[in-house]
Amino acid sequence: MSYKDPQILQSDITPQAVYEKRRQLIQAAAAGSFGLALAPWFSREALAANPQSLAATPNPLYAGKDGLTPLKDVKGYNNFYEFGTDKRDPAENAGSLQTRPWTITIDGLVKKPMTFDIDALLKLAPMEQRVYRLRCVEGWSMVIPWDGYPLSSLLNKVEPLGSAKYVEFVSLADRKQMPGVNSPILDWPYREGLRLDEAMNPLTLLTFGLYGEILPKQNGAPVRVVVPWKYGFKSAKSIVKIRFTEEMPVTSWYKYAPNEYGFYSNVNPAVDHPRWSQASERRIGDPKGIFAPKIKTQMFNGYSDQVASMYAGMDLKKFY
Amino acid sequence: MKLVVFLLALLPLDRLIYLGFTDGLGANPIEFITRSTGTWALVLLCVTLAMTPLRLITGSSQPIQCRRMLGLFCFFYACLHFMIWLWLDQNFDLVAMLKDVVKRPFITMGFLSLVLLIPLALTSSHWAQRKLGRRWAVLHKLIYVISITVILHYWWHKAGKNDLQTVWIYAGVVLILLSCRIPMIRNQLTKLKPR
Repeated sequence: MSYKDPQILQSDITPQAVYEKRRQLIQAAAAGSFGLALAPWFSREALAANPQSLAATPNPLYAGKDGLTPLKDVKGYNNFYEFGTDKRDPAENAGSLQTRPWTITIDGLVKKPMTFDIDALLKLAPMEQRVYRLRCVEGWSMVIPWDGYPLSSLLNKVEPLGSAKYVEFVSLADRKQMPGVNSPILDWPYREGLRLDEAMNPLTLLTFGLYGEILPKQNGAPVRVVVPWKYGFKSAKSIVKIRFTEEMPVTSWYKYAPNEYGFYSNVNPAVDHPRWSQASERRIGDPKGIFAPKIKTQMFNGYSDQVASMYAGMDLKKFY
Repeated sequence: MKLVVFLLALLPLDRLIYLGFTDGLGANPIEFITRSTGTWALVLLCVTLAMTPLRLITGSSQPIQCRRMLGLFCFFYACLHFMIWLWLDQNFDLVAMLKDVVKRPFITMGFLSLVLLIPLALTSSHWAQRKLGRRWAVLHKLIYVISITVILHYWWHKAGKNDLQTVWIYAGVVLILLSCRIPMIRNQLTKLKPR
């Protein structure tokens, strides 16, 4: 005997043939060429069932036309020298990172210096998902759906003083949790910085997750920034301190090799890295396969409309 | 013996092909292939250079019998390394390629190493050896120069990221192998030969 719900009319029920047709369409989309971009979204079903998931509302302004980089590449190919210099090292070694408890201290030239707990940070502003291009200074790129909210939401809470011109980010450097910190590769802790207007730009995202999942440790858990118009290393990971300053902060890579890693490090195809051209990039997970040609790098990584005005009148060859 | 060495020297290529078919080349396969072929060209260069001290120590002629093949395998991996770069980085644009060679010291050193390897590969036959006579030995001393340009290529490539550990290891190996050519050390090695 079959059960019939009196509330559901026969006309409300999708005929099986139509239903199956839809499934086929979805599968075809996932398998087909435009599906290569969508496939990661379908795989989110699996993540939704995961307690590690992070609820974020997709922001249609940053939905993006580019195909997304597969999650396994986003998690498996990282520069995070605190966990080793090989791209596979962070995925292998970051398991030892303790992401709770975690606090960020914000001080320097502010009216109200504060320390925020990670749980308070997660609730501070509505979480949105934004698809951003990421361009590494080494000449490769990804397209990643990040989850977070504009950094300005946090920075405004501490009420910056008029004298503050820059923001410095300091990452965690704990020898016990981070094997790479034992090597003298850089002067730890990792330091990065932005000019105040760059930090306040609506594009600059305080990030807690990607692909709807809480930030994987190798991607800078539990909290990082993402500055999509600059080379990847400008987006500091595993941040423990934010400091407002009047002087331009000395960043880690600038300190090591000032001629190679400038303070601004805006993505700029016209300014070469001393050892390679920045005119083109290799898109990780390019659906065209492993012999896909490199793609042209765009000025400010394609975000000129939102950021170019901040650099009006500046010689970007000098301030690289 | 030669067959074993031949098959061993092919293993790095077999590995790349296997990884290619099993989705094992990682997120950036081109970078992986480029680095792997470059590393193996360098390893085979070191192995080739090791044949002379090995002969001195063991007194056996077998290392020298394998030396040509090892040298040619070094050239083979160097060619793969170069071709991947020319194809996928430079898109076979020879003008752009030469500009890069002139502009960027680390590419200059790599390119120079490959160019210097060509006459050695071309004159590797017994026929060329007979034809050139004593000049052959002089020409093939180029390998000492190449081993230095290769290390410079590697060092310059890695320098910007302060990640020089492996470079120092290879530089150390090359230095030891080159020092075996110094007459005094050479004589000492000969004394190790079992009688």
